[in-house]
Amino acid sequence: MTENNPENTLVINTIRDGTVIDHITAGEALIVLRILGITGSTSECVSVATNVTSEALTKKDVVKIENRELKAKEVDRIALVAPNATINIIRNYRVIDKKGVIIPSVLMGVLKCPNPCCITNTNEPVLSRFEMLGKKAVCSYCDAVISSDISTHII
Amino acid sequence: MSFESAMLRLGGSCMNLGGVEVSSMAKGETLADTIRVVSGYADAIVLRHPKVGAARLASEFSDIPILNGGDGAGQHPSQTLIDLYTIRQSMPLDNIEIGLIGDLMYGRTTHSLAYALARYNARIHTIAPKGLGLPDSIHDNLVEKGAKVIEHDTIEEIISELDVLYVTRLQRERFPDPAKFFDISQGYRITPSQLSDVKEHLAILHPLPRVDEIDPAVDNTPYARYFQQARNGVPVRMAMLTEVMR
Ligand SMILES: [Zn+2]
Repeated sequence: MTENNPENTLVINTIRDGTVIDHITAGEALIVLRILGITGSTSECVSVATNVTSEALTKKDVVKIENRELKAKEVDRIALVAPNATINIIRNYRVIDKKGVIIPSVLMGVLKCPNPCCITNTNEPVLSRFEMLGKKAVCSYCDAVISSDISTHII
Repeated sequence: MSFESAMLRLGGSCMNLGGVEVSSMAKGETLADTIRVVSGYADAIVLRHPKVGAARLASEFSDIPILNGGDGAGQHPSQTLIDLYTIRQSMPLDNIEIGLIGDLMYGRTTHSLAYALARYNARIHTIAPKGLGLPDSIHDNLVEKGAKVIEHDTIEEIISELDVLYVTRLQRERFPDPAKFFDISQGYRITPSQLSDVKEHLAILHPLPRVDEIDPAVDNTPYARYFQQARNGVPVRMAMLTEVMR
């Protein structure tokens, strides 16, 4: 971030306690929030900055969530759209924990199966379930394979 | 249904819940609910369902064994066990050269069988009309599982090397032009003249019913195993039921 540079006055405030998701692929912040289940109707105080200039990536998105510490397991699935994201846990303005994200080996309820005949695309009470095999996601119910543009299949 | 006669021969009884369209699912009940209820009445459930993955879903909601009697375009494991058993009656399952001929795109029995034989190091030769070959995802999956998959344009180029020839029906409805269907299907028809130079132990299988993919004159050759395969349906299903209710 560019906190000390007066020319780039802060886009969003620092937070006292909570989670900062940094280095999100530019333009993906809103999808990241959707994957995390954070919508306007949930109670968190959330700030979103998109297309921020950064050093590592040319542009990035940043999400700050106040008073909620996200667990690595909760956020790993954002790796589908933001593989370079870092999760910073903030307490009293200080980063007390910093982690990257890894695509989980099993994705439950994250992707919609592309096969219209799949049992998960009915009114049955089940979550979709995909296993990651390298870069491919394979439906555990019908063996349908999502091999490219996985993020477009996010529910 | 052959599962019913298998169960009756084992001394058990069956409740046939009928098709999805006549059961309580017709009233909008989910499969999950139906399974939870029925698993209180029975010792095992044989499920045939139009949606892919239905058997797996059922197994998650059932306390009793679920046997997949076919789930839409998905797997058809009971047919595969019958096919494996029929092959096993003639030869060991390891390292066989098998030819799959006909509609390999929609023919789910060939998919299940190919997956099973991949575990036995099979070399899988495919002979299918354009557009009806193995789906790419299945082809890639088989290769990842260690099977060798080799495509051929005609049956003549490979038939003399095969241990097993698995014939499936070409469905007329897959061809918009009936005249074309006739022309194409002739190239996927097995006749005695094609069998002049085959291995002595060649086994020809077909999941039946056949239309004219296999010339009836082939029935009298030592290679025809499809009626034996059909007869194996009951004992193999008896074995499946016995195994899950042990
Ligand atoms: Zn599926």
